[in-house]
Amino acid sequence: MAAGTGSGSTVSAIFSPVRFWLLLPSWVVIGFFLLVPVLLMLTYSFLTKEFRGGVIWEFSLASYDQFLFDRGLFGDEAPVIKWTYINIFIRSILQAFGATIFCLLIGFPTAYFIATRPIQSRTIWLFLITVPYWVNLLIRTVSMKFLIRDSGPLNELLLYIGLIDAPLHVINTNFAVQLGLFYSYLPFMVLPIYASVERYNFTFSEVASDLYASKVTILWEVILPVVKPGIIAGSILVFVPSLGAFLAPDLLGGAKTFMIGSLIEDQFKGNAGNWPFGAAASMILLSLVLVVLMFYVRAQNKDQT
Amino acid sequence: MDRTFDIKHYRGFFSITCLCLVILYGPLIIVMIYSFNDSVSITNWGGISLRWYVEIFTGLESAKFKAAAWNSFSIAIMAAIVSTVIATAAAIGMIRGGNFKGKFASFALISLPIMVPEIVTAVATLIFFSTIGFKLGTLSILVAHTVFCIPFAYLPISARLQGIDASYEEAAQDLFANRWKTFRYVLMPIMWPGIVAGFLLAFIISLDDFIITNFIKGAGIETLPTAIFGSVKQGIKPNIMALSTLLLLFSIALVTLSYFIGKRGEANQNTQQ
Amino acid sequence: MIMKTFFSAATLALIANSAVAEGKLSVYHWFEYIPAELVEKFSTKYDVDVTVDTFDSNESMLASLKAGTMGSYDVAVPGDYMVEIMVGLGLLDTIAAGELTNINNIEEQWLNVPFDMGRKHSIPYQWGSTSFSVNRDAYSGNINTTDIIFNPPEQLKGKINVLDSQGEVMAMAALHLGIPQCSTDRDQLKSLDALLQSAKENWASFGSDTAKEVLVSGDAAVGMIWNGYGARARAEGANIEYSYPDQGYVVWMDNVVLLNEAPNRANAILFMDFLLEPENIAAVTNYAMYADGIKGSTPFLDAELASSPEHNPRAGSGAGVFVSVCDQATQEVYDQIWTRLRS
Repeated sequence: MAAGTGSGSTVSAIFSPVRFWLLLPSWVVIGFFLLVPVLLMLTYSFLTKEFRGGVIWEFSLASYDQFLFDRGLFGDEAPVIKWTYINIFIRSILQAFGATIFCLLIGFPTAYFIATRPIQSRTIWLFLITVPYWVNLLIRTVSMKFLIRDSGPLNELLLYIGLIDAPLHVINTNFAVQLGLFYSYLPFMVLPIYASVERYNFTFSEVASDLYASKVTILWEVILPVVKPGIIAGSILVFVPSLGAFLAPDLLGGAKTFMIGSLIEDQFKGNAGNWPFGAAASMILLSLVLVVLMFYVRAQNKDQT
Repeated sequence: MDRTFDIKHYRGFFSITCLCLVILYGPLIIVMIYSFNDSVSITNWGGISLRWYVEIFTGLESAKFKAAAWNSFSIAIMAAIVSTVIATAAAIGMIRGGNFKGKFASFALISLPIMVPEIVTAVATLIFFSTIGFKLGTLSILVAHTVFCIPFAYLPISARLQGIDASYEEAAQDLFANRWKTFRYVLMPIMWPGIVAGFLLAFIISLDDFIITNFIKGAGIETLPTAIFGSVKQGIKPNIMALSTLLLLFSIALVTLSYFIGKRGEANQNTQQ
Repeated sequence: MIMKTFFSAATLALIANSAVAEGKLSVYHWFEYIPAELVEKFSTKYDVDVTVDTFDSNESMLASLKAGTMGSYDVAVPGDYMVEIMVGLGLLDTIAAGELTNINNIEEQWLNVPFDMGRKHSIPYQWGSTSFSVNRDAYSGNINTTDIIFNPPEQLKGKINVLDSQGEVMAMAALHLGIPQCSTDRDQLKSLDALLQSAKENWASFGSDTAKEVLVSGDAAVGMIWNGYGARARAEGANIEYSYPDQGYVVWMDNVVLLNEAPNRANAILFMDFLLEPENIAAVTNYAMYADGIKGSTPFLDAELASSPEHNPRAGSGAGVFVSVCDQATQEVYDQIWTRLRS
């Protein structure tokens, strides 16, 4: 990048006297309308649920207790670990993880291929990958739903060419959710990997090749370690939104098996109407994401040193 | 074919790239094709027609779609303007403000809306508005979208600013331009592609949002995504496909615009250097 | 400058929001439950700008109202048991005697209903039944039993859509087991819980707003559904048959209620009066394909409605029952069972 010669090691400070005033609006707006709400949500997770919706401002650990322990149908048995919600989280993590792997399997070769094109065609390939990212996620999920229905175009086509005898039943399964997540976040994987492959210096490959390394070895031992930051960034960009996804499980999964997103939604918009529990589940999801992000920051720092 | 070329290339990567594009575009193209279907039933093909496009503008649901489109676009424009202004100021403060204590914290705060999962933002915002008694309506959506859009506007703007050599501004300062003039006449002309890119990204993010809007929209207020969601729950109807196709084409037009502005910006920057 | 932009943008939004405040009516309604033409007719006749928001279950409507939309809506359309709950929670305004000029159009049997004696807060909208429809291409056996939902034959396993509606699903399950609703008997409650847990294994999806669509598209072979919605699915080409099971089925009545703190109370009354006119409510009935409780609507109804299989309980079927409202302690156990089922 010819233009990348900017500030470099010395940080420009022309605007430092007015820095405070420049940054203040973003601090105030995000602080007041997001940080404060998140703290309030934390508070809510420790409040008491009111019968038939609403909250009572009394401290209670009931939400976290409900999350972790099973006290029987009537609430009077000895508490045992309850797997219901833990399983929802595990299921969501596995789904998100699966989506990340699939995105990586398709996304890495794509990103690599694009990054090794001549400059001119590279931008066109890149443009093609970027377009779907700008298209409304809801519309994309609906398109996927339409495509994979039992009587949808995909099944019709496969039946027509004789590949299958009966329609493949995909809609309302865990696989459909997986497919939806993969499809939703695929561009997120390609772009960061592309950025790091683009910076990769191919003389490394040449040197390795001169030392009689096979192409697979070069890919595995030389290229992968160098583009790892891009892979990690892409994985985070796929994993994190998949974890709290709502549209894919709701539209493609038949809303039968909850994922974290649908569980939370049900507490506020659906039948359950349990705000403190919804707040607690949101806090747990947020903590999970923060752990992942901390892991990311640490991995990045390690790479830089 | 020279040797470097050979070493760079892996068999099968081209096929996977093609597969990737088929996956990304396949469903969208199918929906586009079916939006021209003359049949009432979405699964049978009944010839090509524009009836569903006519239906969106004149049919029974046209008033609902018009109101939703008006809400979506007005909220997206306002949220994008406000968040771009805030993000531009923040980017200058962060990148041209020297080193300072709390720079990382400040960066973390600006990125917070991206880091917090959307559903959590939705929950927190709903609880917040309901606790302070802020009436849910268009304004509540606007506020939430503005907050959510700030980091999306910030990213391209700060990336652009980072690529601009500070010597221009320093030269301007040497010529006794005040800070406002330095920004207005020196920095702004070079960084505008970044600002426009930030604005467009913020705009599309606001237009795209479903989860947060769905949580905090007030009585009788729909945006295009919430209206489409409500409708597809009862079956994917051909008019929704037509509406989706229009939105899709709009997004493609916008990303193309953003792409060309980016290119012009690059060329512009290169000639200046 | 930033603040100025922010405030002018905010003011703009506020103006846009309140500019049409005169002559407004805000309706909180079930999805696909009122023909757009009828809304248009009311809108033109009284020069009132009507907005209709939709919900997909009684419980989610209540949750939304309690979550801060109370005071934004003028009227809502809860089912029978939910009217009773809303009265108990003090969410409904009282219609004064004489306010509704057409109140005498209400059929005798729907006037003094247990959930709103003397119709102080509500008017009838539609009534019907909840049971299930079965795709006859997928299954040709006996469908007159709730086993189809709760203990399905092999061919139907994994192809069942169930309404995402706590009250109705629990009532159906109680009918299947032959136990009373709002039971406090521990063994009965445990068997109810066990039944739902085992039945869930065979269900493909939960969805009320998708209930018709899954039957029409063939994504589900069995769908728990309301009779009129089932009739509409059939009209859209699904080869389905609606069941009136031996064990019984759920009956319900949806009602238009006047909400407390209604911002446009006068228009709400106008709207309710409008819906009490036989011709208007008949338009709803023809669209939603249930039945109304208004005298004199019959001449305006489509002829085939009366003879449709969805509207005529099979001779020898079980009885129809309304969903009961339980006391808090009992309801909390039922909520617990529902939560276990849904997560």
